[in-house]
Amino acid sequence: MGVNLTEKAAEHVVSYLESRGKGVGIRLAVKTTGCSGLMYVLEPVDEIQPEDLKFSSQGIDVFVDPKSLVYVDGTEMDYVKQGLNEGFEFKNPNVQGECGCGESFTV
Amino acid sequence: MALLQITEPGQAADPHDRKRAAGIDLGTTNSLIASVREGVAATLPDMEGRHMLPSVVRYTAEGPIIGAEALEQAALDPHNTIVSVKRLMGRGVEDVRSLGEQLPYRFSEESSGLARIETAAGVVSPIEVSAEILRSLVERASETLAGELDGVVITVPAYFDDAQRQATKDAAQLAGANVLRLLNEPTAAAIAYGLDTGDEGVIAIYDLGGGTFDVSVLRLRRGVFEVLATGGDSSLGGDDFDHAIAEWLIEESGFEGDLSAELQRALLMKARSAKEALTSAEQATISHSDADFKVDAELSRDAFNELISPLVDNTIRACRRSVRDAGVALEEIDNVVLVGGSTRVPLVVSKVADYFGAQPLNDIDPDKVVAVGAALQADVLVGNKPDEEMLLLDVLPLSLGLETMGGLSEKVIARNTPIPIAKAQEFTTYKDGQTAMLIHVVQGERELVDDCRSLARFELTGIPAMVAGAAKIEVTFRVDADGLLSVSARETSTGVEASVEVKPSYGLTDDEITQMLKSSFDHAADDAAQRSLAEARVEAGRVIEALGNALAEDGEALLPAQDIDMLQQAIKKLQERLSGDDTRAITEGTEMLGRASEEFASLRMDAAVRRALAGKQIADLDNEMSDNEV
Repeated sequence: MGVNLTEKAAEHVVSYLESRGKGVGIRLAVKTTGCSGLMYVLEPVDEIQPEDLKFSSQGIDVFVDPKSLVYVDGTEMDYVKQGLNEGFEFKNPNVQGECGCGESFTV
Repeated sequence: MALLQITEPGQAADPHDRKRAAGIDLGTTNSLIASVREGVAATLPDMEGRHMLPSVVRYTAEGPIIGAEALEQAALDPHNTIVSVKRLMGRGVEDVRSLGEQLPYRFSEESSGLARIETAAGVVSPIEVSAEILRSLVERASETLAGELDGVVITVPAYFDDAQRQATKDAAQLAGANVLRLLNEPTAAAIAYGLDTGDEGVIAIYDLGGGTFDVSVLRLRRGVFEVLATGGDSSLGGDDFDHAIAEWLIEESGFEGDLSAELQRALLMKARSAKEALTSAEQATISHSDADFKVDAELSRDAFNELISPLVDNTIRACRRSVRDAGVALEEIDNVVLVGGSTRVPLVVSKVADYFGAQPLNDIDPDKVVAVGAALQADVLVGNKPDEEMLLLDVLPLSLGLETMGGLSEKVIARNTPIPIAKAQEFTTYKDGQTAMLIHVVQGERELVDDCRSLARFELTGIPAMVAGAAKIEVTFRVDADGLLSVSARETSTGVEASVEVKPSYGLTDDEITQMLKSSFDHAADDAAQRSLAEARVEAGRVIEALGNALAEDGEALLPAQDIDMLQQAIKKLQERLSGDDTRAITEGTEMLGRASEEFASLRMDAAVRRALAGKQIADLDNEMSDNEV
């Protein structure tokens, strides 16, 4: 379990961190929010927090705090292009439903 | 699911709060659109990977064609293919007449005195032509960013007057874009290089495009750019370099007589490639051979420099004039920024460096630098970088939120968010006719209010009585630079307001903060379950309440006694489950009750419609509808 990246996702994280110039990995967190419960937050990690759990996938260190892990354990992150738009897509086995706009989800 | 981008720590926006902004360089020859994604401002390409959109619109009976496709047909259909429309923006018919000799369009005069162009698709104004270009760029950005743009920043030359600026704004409005601000092109270039973050300084912007040259001298004072002077030559650009090479080629070939238009075009294309090659190479080979014209020539960079030297000297003279007009000494100029594709020519860079006595800034692609600066500005103006301007960067140690139904804590500002910050969130009423709302401000990471720290309570009264969920109450959390939290609640239709101020870190030691964080991690799984349970209970309570009210109101009129009894039994059953803590049983019970009451709900709907329509004529209904629209 934990969190995994596809090769494409890993490539994008590498190029993102390179252009940013700093960061030891990527953080996947979950935030509770109004619309349909929960949303993903993806951030670069500059400082590892003592409570962080580390998952290594495709050479990338993914950090997840224990509170978020409950919602994202087993998630696979992919990086996809849809027409001109591109971004991360999540395959999260915990997800039960999404809000109509697809911006948030419930477990 | 929407595709997600990486955001800087603490900057992730809530769903539907994410603001999409773009910067547009609406140029004479080419236009670009740029946006900030994952912290980087970059121009956005179209499906074919092209960043630059030629500012060309061809009008046909079937509709307008925009960009590269229109440009290809410019020679075949010159009357209907509008190029360089920027030169016509906000210009009266008199001004245009002087330009008109260079432009092949059929102008017609409008009553207002503004110029219009006759095309195959009817008469169009320069504003409409610009709107087509803007619309095409905005659509590209909406597709790339997966949603409508909330705002755009459009750049205009520093010398644009009010009429030209207004025309640009009108074009944006016509294109359906919300203009956050018009930004001077030289200012955008300075912003792209981050020169706006300095305190004070004088900056020169040297902008050599394909057909125009502009130089501007700006002064930055307390974060505001002031244009001290502008100058240039509206008919000098990189295209003149191509002409210089082409003339040299003709001389080399020994050709005498008139060149066909086709041959001229072909030679100019070759000249252009040679010019581009000489940016990095020391030598370029140009050859052309057909029945009338044969040439095979080697052009060295030195020879090329000699050809264009008088042209570049002209730009330097214009720089000298502008610096004098600005009333600054050459030594006062801190930075020189290069803009425009023609500044890639090495001779241009070296002559500019010689004159200003400093190496000019040219790391950012000179074709894109204006759009990039506009995108950075748009990102700040649309609100994606809260309080970016403020230097103080302290962070909140714990999340701040408020209590929602079921004793849950809804976090409004997440921990580790830099302060100062303000965030607003909308809430609504839970019961029909509810006229007051208790706002309970809490701090902490846990899901249940009981496990968080209570900071303050206050009441918002005077909410107009409405059905549950109709009132809109905007709650704003504001933490100032001193860490002082003020929370205000406002009902948006009536404007009634209430607020409270607290100091959230008051009385908390570092140890206590650490302890509160730790407990939220230790209880993560518990909290998630508790949250689901509380949410299920709230939803069940809401359904029971609504159905109870409905039964009391219309039950006897619409339903046989045994059906009422059946529904009341179902309500009772769900109420029994509510006291337990089996989330699934409660959720299932709520769904069952919902299904059981479906028929009753549709009966009520029909009855309500009948009541509303009873005794009314169609004409009355029409009147009422138009009344409602007022």
